[in-house]
Amino acid sequence: MTNAYDVAHFLAGMMLVCSFTLLYQDRILAVLNTFAVQAIMLSLAVAWQGYVRNAPDLFITAAMAFGLKGIIIPVALNRMVEKLGIKRDVDQVVNVGVAMFLGLGLTSLALLLVLKVTPGAASFTREGLALALAIILLGLLQMILRRNAVTQIVGFMSIENGLILAATGARGMPLVVEVSVAFSVLIALFVFAVFLFRIRERFDSVDVESLDKVRAARAHR
Amino acid sequence: MNEAVYAVVGIPFLSAILLALIPSYRVTALGNVLASGLTFAAGLSFLTLPPVTETYVILDDLNKFFIILNTLVGFTTSLFSRSYIGHEIATGHLTPLFVRFYHAMFQGMMGAMNLALLANNIGLMWVGLEFATLMTVIMVGIYRTPAALEAAWKYFILGIVGISLAFFGTILVYLTGQGVLGEGEAAMTWSELIKIAPQLDAPLLNIAFIFLLVGYGTKVGLAPLHAWLPDAHAEGPTPISAVLSGLLLNVALFALLRFKMLIAANPNALAPGPILITMGIVSLIFAAFMLYQRQDIKRLFAYSSIEHMGLITFAFGLGGPLLNFAALLHMVMHSLTKSAIFFAVGHVTQAKGTQELSAIRGLSVSNPLLSFALAAGVIAISGLPPFGAFMSEFLILTSTFAREPLLALAVAFGLLVALGALLMRLQDILFGEPTTPNLPVSTASAPIFVHLSLILIAGMFLPPAVVLWFKRAAEMLG
Repeated sequence: MTNAYDVAHFLAGMMLVCSFTLLYQDRILAVLNTFAVQAIMLSLAVAWQGYVRNAPDLFITAAMAFGLKGIIIPVALNRMVEKLGIKRDVDQVVNVGVAMFLGLGLTSLALLLVLKVTPGAASFTREGLALALAIILLGLLQMILRRNAVTQIVGFMSIENGLILAATGARGMPLVVEVSVAFSVLIALFVFAVFLFRIRERFDSVDVESLDKVRAARAHR
Repeated sequence: MNEAVYAVVGIPFLSAILLALIPSYRVTALGNVLASGLTFAAGLSFLTLPPVTETYVILDDLNKFFIILNTLVGFTTSLFSRSYIGHEIATGHLTPLFVRFYHAMFQGMMGAMNLALLANNIGLMWVGLEFATLMTVIMVGIYRTPAALEAAWKYFILGIVGISLAFFGTILVYLTGQGVLGEGEAAMTWSELIKIAPQLDAPLLNIAFIFLLVGYGTKVGLAPLHAWLPDAHAEGPTPISAVLSGLLLNVALFALLRFKMLIAANPNALAPGPILITMGIVSLIFAAFMLYQRQDIKRLFAYSSIEHMGLITFAFGLGGPLLNFAALLHMVMHSLTKSAIFFAVGHVTQAKGTQELSAIRGLSVSNPLLSFALAAGVIAISGLPPFGAFMSEFLILTSTFAREPLLALAVAFGLLVALGALLMRLQDILFGEPTTPNLPVSTASAPIFVHLSLILIAGMFLPPAVVLWFKRAAEMLG
């Protein structure tokens, strides 16, 4: 059992490390690769849960995470980035130190919160949930700090990774829910792609700052 | 006879697929009306249905009238949308390419909202809301202008963040349910959860509720989580503004209410009332003041939606049979009135070629019919008699005065401030020298006047059967 415990923690911990990397990594391609690694860690974590708990339906979730988020989405994003001609672009995070500090704060907040309110639940679940919440909060932070539409959306996808981790950590979540979640992520990505090209078409850039100018122009309407 | 229950979800989704295959917008516009009409017929048949509780769907007194309302407004909006989009294409504001999937997405959104309302599984309810959100995001950006893209992007980011937090809350609710019901479907099934609500683990339930409140509250448009709402209403096509205000906000609030019932049934959990009351009053007063500075007619009514959602949330927060009754009634009245207003506003902006309030003057001279509809709608939404919203607002105010006079003062203040702003704007729009241009529009008056007569009838006389039904739903809410 302790062995099972260690592996689960290791994989969830790796996902958290990826989240921190996503916070400071400034090259767009590297951001996409880090996201793919995080998704593969997620699929391993889910598969491991399926193995130790003897829950075969989790293997379907794991396969979906691996196929969709580990391969198809990163490849699709890669293609998109190439088409948009921003492959070599840099999305500088304003202040890496502050970003890291905020990330640490959010992680401790997640741990303190979840561990405090779930004394009754199995420790397996609690700690998984705490790490998942940390990943979700870091994804939110990434969406706030980033100025580029592509890296913002990677933030969203990493939030979804955290959500799936939380969902599988909670034992026996019905498969139908997980399938529909995966499906809606796919739709979300599609929506995003549509917008990316339209924004590009209008503003000649996928820097969200060009959107901010529109916002400022009608601040008082 | 549960076919009707599946039909209100099945018809829209099937027609979404069919409509996606047809290239001509004229055909899809007709198909959209037809599909919405069929869904409405299925929704109406709920009147005779006994309560249904199955693994994935539930039909009880609470969601029954939300679904009928949803299918009705869906149907009238499809009629309005047909003339609105037709006019936009004729005038070159939209090209057929831009609206290629518009009607398919409209049906997808309607189906997803009906799914969220009917779902007995809290996960499926979330999926319905998420799907409806994504569909509306694309439709908000349909004009592809810089402003529309900015509004849609903001809506996308905020909506997605909100909905992700709501999903985390849903997982936490499942975890608490699992502690009592064991692993599996049951702990995600609403009808099972509410039965064992008193035994749920209180601290975990509290955290879950906070996540759900912030998540679904973003979609309801409660201040300070409302930032996406005015932009999405102003920049999207007007039929979408009508369904956003009239339906999607309601569905999100409905989801929040389901969880409020759960947490209220647990004696050890935090009381959801005060939080809802605070958010409600803040939204109400904030939006009421914001009404004065608006320069865009659609943003004006978007802020009015925030104001009314605040009022409704406040009333549910205070709770009790009478206030719940009034709040449910107000949800229906707001939904019918606000969509009628947006129908009228859609035609007004087409006639004047602008959404700028300062460029819309003298409507009573240039477009008498539209100005009559708009005036009736604004009078109704400001809570003046003889319309239905007067009755519900009056009921909310008087029963709050009986229980919490100080809170009632705050609510009355907010309502009066909003009333002043709306009447002032209405006067500007209706009277004065008519502004040019004055373009010809083919008004779809049927949807507007169906809504207006419904709220007028509700304001004069509510049939006892309807009252009884509202009462039962209000009792369910505790």
